[in-house]
Amino acid sequence: MNDMLLEVRGLSKSFGALRACDGIDFDVREGETHAVIGPNGAGKTTFISQLSGDLRPDQGSIRFAGQDVTPLRAPARAKKGFARSFQITSIYREFTALDNVALAIQAHAGHSFRFWKPARSEPALRDPARQYLDGVGLGERANALAANLSHGEQRQLEVAMALATKPRLLLLDEPVAGMGTEESQRMVTLLDSLKGRQTMILVEHDMDAVFSLADRISVLVYGRIIATGAPLDIRANTEVRQAYLGEDS
Amino acid sequence: MRAHAQLIFWAVLVAALALLPPVVGVLHEPFYVELVRRVMIFAIAAASLNLILGYGGLVSFGHAAYLGIGGYAVGILSFYGMNSGWLQWPVAIGASALVALAIGAVSIRASGMYFIMITLAFTQMLYYLGISIEEFGGDDGMRIKTRSQFSGLIDLADPVASYYLVLVLMFGTIYLVHRIARSRFGMVLRAAKSNEARSRAIGFSPYSYRLCAFTIAGALCGLAGALLANHTAYITPDFMHWTRSGEIMFMVILGGVASSAGPLLGALVLLVFETLLAGWTEHWQVILGPLLVLSVIFFRTGLAGIIPGAGDE
Repeated sequence: MNDMLLEVRGLSKSFGALRACDGIDFDVREGETHAVIGPNGAGKTTFISQLSGDLRPDQGSIRFAGQDVTPLRAPARAKKGFARSFQITSIYREFTALDNVALAIQAHAGHSFRFWKPARSEPALRDPARQYLDGVGLGERANALAANLSHGEQRQLEVAMALATKPRLLLLDEPVAGMGTEESQRMVTLLDSLKGRQTMILVEHDMDAVFSLADRISVLVYGRIIATGAPLDIRANTEVRQAYLGEDS
Repeated sequence: MRAHAQLIFWAVLVAALALLPPVVGVLHEPFYVELVRRVMIFAIAAASLNLILGYGGLVSFGHAAYLGIGGYAVGILSFYGMNSGWLQWPVAIGASALVALAIGAVSIRASGMYFIMITLAFTQMLYYLGISIEEFGGDDGMRIKTRSQFSGLIDLADPVASYYLVLVLMFGTIYLVHRIARSRFGMVLRAAKSNEARSRAIGFSPYSYRLCAFTIAGALCGLAGALLANHTAYITPDFMHWTRSGEIMFMVILGGVASSAGPLLGALVLLVFETLLAGWTEHWQVILGPLLVLSVIFFRTGLAGIIPGAGDE
């Protein structure tokens, strides 16, 4: 019908008196990297969680690839092609890096009511998992326990897991948060290598990362999107500067 | 090296249990055959609980329900003159699976403390049901006049024959749980325990997998119930008492959660200690209680974690 992969209309979510999302309209085109920025408490994670299906919106609709996915919960949306990374790294800490990615492959390889064959010796799960680990630069760490990976490596692992589900839309909630300069540079390089091939929504505080990666930026303030546009337009937008970027940017 | 130690551990365990009847036969101590048979029956119950508690993170405080259902299936059919084990045991397993499916369907939607309380409540309900049915002995329970018959293939009244049957079924159950825990199904179960939000985000709905595991665990524990009824030739509502659920849970924790050997080690140590202390003083629980608390505090990995070759991964 059109080239919009994701169309969000009038999305609202309140927690008591707090309107965390207040009638959000938002689009993502096939293939674009769309960043969402905004001050702390603007409702960014609430917004992402409604897209991924972890939170139910009070109002509004979410269409994905021309289909209404609003009533679907997280696992069903994952099957449709959503994948997300969490603001606080969410991995299987007691499993190896390779196990983590193999589980993501398994989640999209039919049902898992298979009770006898050891999953760890199935090439159909392990081989592609290895490739995704290599892809994010964790090939050497495949057999390390996820809990023993550095913070930056854990975030890379999370991206590898998301990619292993072959998503049509990747939701990244602050992928470089809490990283050192070198680690965050590695992540930006990784995301940059996905750009164009992978449709992404990027929620991020790090303005360098956002302005170098995003095709379009939406600015979320107090649950409303106050501006959407190309990075240069957003930088020039006075309302945005006042609300968020401050004079130093 | 690790695999080597594991091989030795299991070989020693199988050999020791297999050689026990002839050895104690020579020593004229048949009591130990009874004791270890009981240990192995509880090891089946504990191994089945380990599937959901250890690998699935579902802390069921009602697992004794299936001991009771399995036991009563044998007892009630026998009461009506149906003594065939070919009928009794599938009914014991099937009825346990059905009840587990129903209890699981309600309780698994809850989590944490609520899950514990719902599983406990259902089991208490069954316990009081057992007490209230006078026809089957009510509070006092009911004697099973004839043990399960298997077309003359095996005589369960023979303590040694039934010992070996329990031995085979126990190792079979432990191996089955071991395989399930490492299959695709088991990986989903363990992953959901490790991080449910992550599981949902990559596309797993943990509910149906948990419910399936809960049902399998109930079925296996139903088998233990059928064995226990034949072991004691007596069934009472006490099979389902909440302290019994606690005991099975304790065996799993003491032995080491999410380990293959743990349930057997836990059942062995708990029941042997209980027997020794009970022979020594009638206030044995006063001694056993603190010992158990200490063991949980100091051996977080359980016995499987400190005995060479007993741990899995």
